[in-house]
Amino acid sequence: MMLRLAQWRTALVSLVLAIGITLLLLVLVDAPPLEALRLLWDGSFGSDTKIADTLMAWVPLVVAAAGLLVTFQAGLWNIGVEGQIIMGAIGASWVARSVTGPSWLVVIAAFAAGIALGVGWALVPGTLRTVFRVHEIFSGVALFFVAGGLAIYLIIGPWSRAGIASTSGTDPFPTASWLPTIGRLRLSIVAVVVAVMAVVAVAVLLRGTRYGLRLKAVGRNPASAFLMGIATSRSMLSAFAVCGALGGIAGTVQAIGFHHKLVPSISGGYGFLGILVVLLAGFRTAWIAPIALFFAAILVGSTQLSLRLQIDSSLAGVVQGVLVLLILLTGGWQARRTRIAEAEAET
Amino acid sequence: MNELATIVATATPLVYATIGEMINEKAGVINLSLDGSILLAAMVGFAAAVASDSVIIGFLAAIVVSVAIAALVAFSSIELRLNQIAVGFVLFLLARQLALFFGDSYVGQVGPKVPAWDIPLLSDIPFLGVVLFRHNLSVYGSYVLVIAAFFVIYKTRIGLVLQGAGERPEAAFARGIPVNRLRLLATVTGGALVGVAGAAVSLDQIAGWRENLTTNLGWIALAFVIFGGWHPFRVAIACYVYRGLLFVAGQFQEELPEFVQVLNTLPFLLMILMLTAVNTQWFRRLGDNHPRWRNFLASDPPSAIGTVFARD
Repeated sequence: MMLRLAQWRTALVSLVLAIGITLLLLVLVDAPPLEALRLLWDGSFGSDTKIADTLMAWVPLVVAAAGLLVTFQAGLWNIGVEGQIIMGAIGASWVARSVTGPSWLVVIAAFAAGIALGVGWALVPGTLRTVFRVHEIFSGVALFFVAGGLAIYLIIGPWSRAGIASTSGTDPFPTASWLPTIGRLRLSIVAVVVAVMAVVAVAVLLRGTRYGLRLKAVGRNPASAFLMGIATSRSMLSAFAVCGALGGIAGTVQAIGFHHKLVPSISGGYGFLGILVVLLAGFRTAWIAPIALFFAAILVGSTQLSLRLQIDSSLAGVVQGVLVLLILLTGGWQARRTRIAEAEAET
Repeated sequence: MNELATIVATATPLVYATIGEMINEKAGVINLSLDGSILLAAMVGFAAAVASDSVIIGFLAAIVVSVAIAALVAFSSIELRLNQIAVGFVLFLLARQLALFFGDSYVGQVGPKVPAWDIPLLSDIPFLGVVLFRHNLSVYGSYVLVIAAFFVIYKTRIGLVLQGAGERPEAAFARGIPVNRLRLLATVTGGALVGVAGAAVSLDQIAGWRENLTTNLGWIALAFVIFGGWHPFRVAIACYVYRGLLFVAGQFQEELPEFVQVLNTLPFLLMILMLTAVNTQWFRRLGDNHPRWRNFLASDPPSAIGTVFARD
């Protein structure tokens, strides 16, 4: 109970510090800080269209974060999830552009293709790690850049708009492939339901199944897990596959649920941001959804901010980064104090 | 000949960054923030150079920034016992965003550039003079760095002690070596060189500031420390060969315009291939079969890399 209280305190201190640093940054670039905070709120929750946009940013973010929980449970740093999102979007775009039929069929096929490419792209660093001992961080980052290059190649090459090859994106997909939205809002109920299902599924998988327990054993101590008869390589590969599938879903939602075309920045940074969400949540599943919502709100709100106050929209990333860094540091500081106090109590 | 000179000049920032990261990894600390760190150092270095109209101030400002980031990585690992990868990754994203946030108003500005300076006598040597000695101090500094890093690491006591801190910290500590202080020193030194790498881009190689100026240099550097087997000469050779390959590939660009996208992903395909190659059984045996070249051909990281050393 004491520990919990201490944790809340460090979280609160970090939040206050992060807000303070944000205000300081705003002052540094000559922006009115309080006005900026109000615009941030208005831009993310101010109206039903803004809430819809925030939710549509929440979906890929929370799905990616859920996938990352699985790889983190197995002790893996699947930074390449960003590339897996891109590949998912490419798969979905391919279906949306080429398959004709009833809307439900095209959407299901798009999800299937997105998942397939996401899994395939995740199995590459998985194989390199388990067979060649190449660390997944480096192969993952490299494959992210390769996937990004592939997306741009498709956009200006084979899938370019008639007459003009520009990096602004492909032609919009046929409307049959679009996820249905509510009225004039950009909110898709299907996308939100898929995201909720993904988070619940991962929670059950990690907490309530033998599979989740095995992954945990592999993550904590691969050598002893292996001696206990767990096929460590296969467990790691399966964790990569699950995360790749969820990355593929996030990419599919980005392609057929939000942009309705393939654009160069289709992954939206949600994979990297998902890692921050998981770190901030301290690897706890229950915290993923609210933290992802908070981050999505900052992200969507900051575009409004940059339009109105002429500030670079990277402010969102700065705020998120500062907050996660402070949480890590204050958490470490708290642990250090406990450690010192215990050492003194012993002597 | 001029082509080789271009390759040497363009490889310079990469050499600074890889040797810097290699130094802190030798001591057991990974600075995963490298890519963001270089970008922020390049931006701050450029801004400071524009404001003061002095390249030297620019380099110093860049060094201050990346030393601060490196010190944060070291502090959180040594004092707070946090995961180096986690802190490094957060700092990578944060430094990157800070560079975009503050760099916005500097895009497209013209700033000072490191002046060219031919080394007297040496620059008159046929062939080598043109390739190696008709550049500027930023480029010459990288030669000195590679050679100095080799001698310090393999021929001096402090180098031996540094390797001890990264290989067997407990044993080193038992012998009276202040492992954590040494790690802090190595990380800060590595950070300073990362700052030089950033400034070498924004004040020399490209001379200016724009978004993504350093084009993922940090990730390539991190991979090349591994490919270079944590050996200064092998690391440097990797950097030069890599720039050479990119230069050759660049020649195809004019004939095959569609080739551009392939070209942009080439560094990363090479990165995957290189990392896979050094981890194959064949390569691992190579080091065992040639004991004289053991250090040069090694492919194993310092044993205690990425771990926290706690005395109690």
